[in-house]
Amino acid sequence: MNKIIRKTPLAPSVNLIEVENPLIARKAQPGQFIILRVHENGERIPLTISDYNREKGTITLIFQEIGKTTTMLGRLGEGDCIRDLVGPLGKPTDLENLGRVVVIGGGLGTALVFSQVKEMHKNGTRVDVIVGARNESLIILEEEIKPYCENLYIATDDGSKGHKGFVTDLLKKLIEDGNKYDRAVAVGPLIMMKVVSNLTRQYGVPTTVSMNPIMIDGTGMCGGCRLSVGGETRFACVDGPEFDGHLVDFDQVIKRTGMYREQEKIALDLYRECCKRGEHNA
Amino acid sequence: MPEQKRKANLAKKKVPMPEQEPRVRARNFEEVAMGYTREQALEEARRCLRCKEPHCVEGCPVNVQIPDFIKFIEEEKFLEAYKKIKETNSLPAVCGRVCPQENQCEKLCLRGKKSEPVAIGRLERFVADYAASLPPAEVGEECLSGSLNKGKVAVIGSGPSGVTCAGDLTKMGYRVTMFEAFHTPGGVLMYGIPEFRLPKDVVQREIDNVKKLGVDVQTNMVIGKILSIDELFEQGYNAVYIGTGAGLPIFLRLPGENLNGVMSANEFLTRVNLMKAYKFPEYDTPVKIGRRVAVVGGGNVAMDAARSALRLGAEKVYIVYRRSEQEMPARREEVHHAREEGIEFKLLTNPVTIIGDDNGWVKGMECVEMELGEPDASGRRRPVVKQGSEHVIDVETVIMALGTTPNPLIAKTTGGLELTRFGGIVADETTGRTKRPGVFAGGDIVTGSATVILAMGAGKKAAVAINEHIRGKHE
Repeated sequence: MNKIIRKTPLAPSVNLIEVENPLIARKAQPGQFIILRVHENGERIPLTISDYNREKGTITLIFQEIGKTTTMLGRLGEGDCIRDLVGPLGKPTDLENLGRVVVIGGGLGTALVFSQVKEMHKNGTRVDVIVGARNESLIILEEEIKPYCENLYIATDDGSKGHKGFVTDLLKKLIEDGNKYDRAVAVGPLIMMKVVSNLTRQYGVPTTVSMNPIMIDGTGMCGGCRLSVGGETRFACVDGPEFDGHLVDFDQVIKRTGMYREQEKIALDLYRECCKRGEHNA
Repeated sequence: MPEQKRKANLAKKKVPMPEQEPRVRARNFEEVAMGYTREQALEEARRCLRCKEPHCVEGCPVNVQIPDFIKFIEEEKFLEAYKKIKETNSLPAVCGRVCPQENQCEKLCLRGKKSEPVAIGRLERFVADYAASLPPAEVGEECLSGSLNKGKVAVIGSGPSGVTCAGDLTKMGYRVTMFEAFHTPGGVLMYGIPEFRLPKDVVQREIDNVKKLGVDVQTNMVIGKILSIDELFEQGYNAVYIGTGAGLPIFLRLPGENLNGVMSANEFLTRVNLMKAYKFPEYDTPVKIGRRVAVVGGGNVAMDAARSALRLGAEKVYIVYRRSEQEMPARREEVHHAREEGIEFKLLTNPVTIIGDDNGWVKGMECVEMELGEPDASGRRRPVVKQGSEHVIDVETVIMALGTTPNPLIAKTTGGLELTRFGGIVADETTGRTKRPGVFAGGDIVTGSATVILAMGAGKKAAVAINEHIRGKHE
């Protein structure tokens, strides 16, 4: 179980892995996530399922090496197994009667919207996709997504590819040029989702965002992933991970996400030290 | 030994249990109570009166034959004593440590009328630990996997209820698969109860025992997500037992409850117990505890959280409880232990607002004082706010230990079940039968949060009913 059968680097420190788990592959739907643990003393972290293949019995995960767990995950190669993998968790994306949709993927978020765009396309939904990243080297899955959308737009902070600037500039332009969207779907860094939501609110475009807060069990038990949505406390693991972007209290989520930043750094630094000494599994 | 020559020990008090010094133990995660020595166990066993009609057994939800096992102890037949307990209780080392004996077996002990009751829990623990110290072959736990041909049963949840049900069904000849959502089986015994009260290797041992019996344990399986109950039946299971517990934390919906530094006891204890955050960075999961900590609630979980916070280095830990000590649902021993360790009790106190600093972290909790009025529906006197009693406690961490509600995950994805107002599953108390044929449920998912031993009792009754259900169907 959980054997990595394919590993493809997509960008510096961003990897795609295809993992065998027929049970999860059979049930996974766009928008859902898994929780994994890399080693015996490891922590549990959530990752969105970016694709699945029911026939092959595999799921695809795309992750960026940020903390200790994702860095260790990045060290696993084809043939290695992930220690624990649990899912599919969370509610699937609601893909019914979407009309015309604009999907915004920021950085790694592009990987997470991939299965949604594919599914929307299958349902006959007209989709425009905006992909954003800091620079060209961080643009991922461009070729993979293209066949499933009507238009694909790219924005980079430094202008190394596509529009120079933010995804919101592009989105604003598209709307003001007369594109009528019935829904926006934004997945990416919290700040990007916040800015997109603020923009679409002005134009009255209903917006779905996907939250990925600190989480332990993923079944509603710990309450660690709670966030305020329209003044109500909701749990991202069971009520989400997708919420109405116009109702999410992003400032609060941004603060909560930083809760363990200090410890995360300690763990990663120690791990890097161990790696230098050749103790990879520490 | 001939009955007439036996001289009972008439000491009024239980043989005291050796414990770590409060000041020392408040800074480590080692077990607080160290267990009886052989001599102490023999001495305490002699306090049993061997009543002709022993009431203690009536007080035990799983019917442990208490006088019989105590008699074996007195005769120094410790292994026999162990086997006697195991006839009805699959988790003696756990029950000996965390059962609320004061409200069960020991409450009905005749010795308790005029002095302290026999320390049944401590004796049970002694016997279980004795058996664990022997080579497994000597204890002779049987492996039944060769002869499990009466049918297939799926047990969902590997906490006390599930383990008991799975163990009993295996002994009856069923092939049992136990599904666990976490990466480690044991449920609340693993994530909820701290190491210093219930060492995790003790739980592991009990899980290993059911595995040895032949129970197949599958971790990382969230039933209701990865497989539905319908699919389990399609896979050939003849019956399903739902023992998923009451895992959802209750929050008070106070202003400031989502500030950094506010946690449910579930989150805090899971980080500490299951993920071993107290060993960070040796273990990867962190936990952050302020200099001053408030734990809101008055049950065992509140005591566990408060004492864990102290062990993680907090200087000041408060229990904030809205009623008085008499109404506290925690075991008396835990309250006593907490006090000894220096936990401060703010009784008749209720939080109203959690106050944050500019960075979104907790810096205080505003509370009001309470007075007890007339009894409410729960029979406890209802706390009423004292006017003008608002005051602020300076704390950096707030842990909410207000109880839990059943996890609706399975109920939501399973047709044909009837649900309670609280999201639990409606099941017959004596059989665990739900509205849906072949589906049984028991433990906290049915009753709401209760005790380990009640959950075990429910698992036991359900095992009997499942056997009858399958036999009735196939023979």
